[in-house]
Amino acid sequence: MTAYTFIDQDTIAQVEVDDGAAPTLSPTALHQATGWDVKPEGFCKGEVCVPAGAAVAADGAVDLAAFAKLMSRPLVIDQAERAISLGAAARDRGGALQSLDAPDFTLPDLDGNLHSLSDYRGKKILLAAYASW
Amino acid sequence: MALDKDADAARPWIEVAKPTHPSLIDTKHVVADLYNMVNVPTILWIDEEGKIVRPNDVAYGDNTWQEVTGLDADVHKGALRKWVKGGEVPFPLGRVRELQSLPTAEHQEARAEFAMAQYLWTQSKAEAAKRHFERAGELAPHDFTIRRGSMPMRDIDPMGEEFFKMAGEWAEAGNEWYHPLPEK
Repeated sequence: MTAYTFIDQDTIAQVEVDDGAAPTLSPTALHQATGWDVKPEGFCKGEVCVPAGAAVAADGAVDLAAFAKLMSRPLVIDQAERAISLGAAARDRGGALQSLDAPDFTLPDLDGNLHSLSDYRGKKILLAAYASW
Repeated sequence: MALDKDADAARPWIEVAKPTHPSLIDTKHVVADLYNMVNVPTILWIDEEGKIVRPNDVAYGDNTWQEVTGLDADVHKGALRKWVKGGEVPFPLGRVRELQSLPTAEHQEARAEFAMAQYLWTQSKAEAAKRHFERAGELAPHDFTIRRGSMPMRDIDPMGEEFFKMAGEWAEAGNEWYHPLPEK
């Protein structure tokens, strides 16, 4: 087992990974990194369960690439840097946008105070992205 | 909300403008990912119930860049006033959906590469970060939040020769790097 940094979009966890040809991690590590649990029904998060198929071995190890594929989520592994990045599925992002419910997020201001979009429910919002570049 | 490498990159603008609205820093491009933004400026309107009523569009606060972009800032500001003061939405909801551009699997892979690169950059792993930034740009060549937005983290001047070369090649190949809505 090797200590990896696991980046799941904006959350970062340190987990142990068996980084052979097909990297695996324990159900506990999967939960820490992604919030998904391994249950008899499959991979579960909240009310949602997805059949795990061959992504979970008999000894309980989770095949990371198989997990990502089941979820249609992009996976980037940098073995030299011991870092993993699990992105969002295009279908999840597209579906959320087409619902027209503005996806919530929480970001800091210059002083580090956190603001969530949902804090401003009840007001009209002009969301404007800019950059110094 | 600034898609910048750190708070200090955006600080001079915020300190001069002293906005009365929240002004946030998005170093990980969380909002760009959630809303499928591909360049700045990108604006959208969200109503009191949290519904998107104007999808991603290009709009400026003033006409400094009008010659480059061909966009008149007053058109957007006029529509914005009508919405805020009179509740006049620009499009029926069905049209909002049609006007949205949705990400592809390849684009989301680019964003996973960007997240990896941005993390490595925060860990002072400049060379490894550069590899992932470049890969992200190859996967999503139309996404200037990735290709131009990563330049300050690759020690490249985002207003310099390399940017104009990139933008020139992109335009010569018949592509747009600003995506205003086809109707206002």
